Amino acid sequence: MRGMTPIVKTVTRGMAGMIFLYGIYIVLHGHLTPGGGFAGGVMVAAAFVLVFLAKGSPEAVSEAKKERSSMAESLGILTFWVLAMIGLIGGTFFYNFLTKGKPFRLLSAGFIPLNNIAIGIEVAGALFAIFITLAVLKAGGKK
Amino acid sequence: MIIVLCPLIVLMILGGVVALEATSLLSSVVLLGIVGFGLSAAFLILQAPDLAIVQIVVETLSLIIFIAVILKTTSKDTSTRGRGRTPHYVMAAAFALIFVLAASWALASIPPFGMPSLRMAEAYLSPNSLLQPTGAANLVAAVILDFRGYDTLGEATVLFTAVMGVLAVLRKTGRKP
Repeated sequence: MRGMTPIVKTVTRGMAGMIFLYGIYIVLHGHLTPGGGFAGGVMVAAAFVLVFLAKGSPEAVSEAKKERSSMAESLGILTFWVLAMIGLIGGTFFYNFLTKGKPFRLLSAGFIPLNNIAIGIEVAGALFAIFITLAVLKAGGKK
Repeated sequence: MIIVLCPLIVLMILGGVVALEATSLLSSVVLLGIVGFGLSAAFLILQAPDLAIVQIVVETLSLIIFIAVILKTTSKDTSTRGRGRTPHYVMAAAFALIFVLAASWALASIPPFGMPSLRMAEAYLSPNSLLQPTGAANLVAAVILDFRGYDTLGEATVLFTAVMGVLAVLRKTGRKP
């Protein structure tokens, strides 16, 4: 797939990293500020989508990237499920097994930040895999 | 609040109707964006910043995916219109009439705006029980990831299954030519 004009490429070079960092910030502060794993994960995926659309990519690279983002998605949901299962040791499914800490600190609220990170990885991998499959790769396979 | 919300909803409905009538798929996707971004603004007005952020980023990304797919394939709307579709319009009008009657009958019995009929969130959100159980400053995160973790697990599973479906349908290996 073709890339875009040099203007878009130059702006993308500066912006993509910032969008990526902002997505990670939204994920990490999910238990303190509005946002959370889902919104931050979509932003991380959007940063990758921006780079792919602006620069264009050979299809051989995209196939490997699709495998990797699909694997990241699976690892994310597996982490979320394992965190829920660890709670079974403390008594119930989804038992908050870590210490609560002081409110309004980054390290507080037990395992909610970890859950946010797992959801963020899952959403970012899922949406990027869908984007690669639908928009970059040829849908019909080889003809 | 209602004064701002009503024109917004009318604008969203108009955007949806015009998106149905547009001849080019590209313009109808862009018009569909009115519905999504209008919904995001409505969430902001109703003081739900979490939902507004999610809605605006998901809308942007899905718009980009739609546009990328349309640019790669076709932008022509091949559905038939005009002659021979009168029965469809009659059936649609009848269904709309029945729906409006049923909705007006059902909406008469719901509680007023802003007063939810389900009261189970009160135990989570009351001021003296909030910070002790979870320690999270964001109420929404506390509810969706701790009290209601099952729901979030189900949601994540839905997304996972959707990706599995897309990857399985659009796969390259093992297809019959």
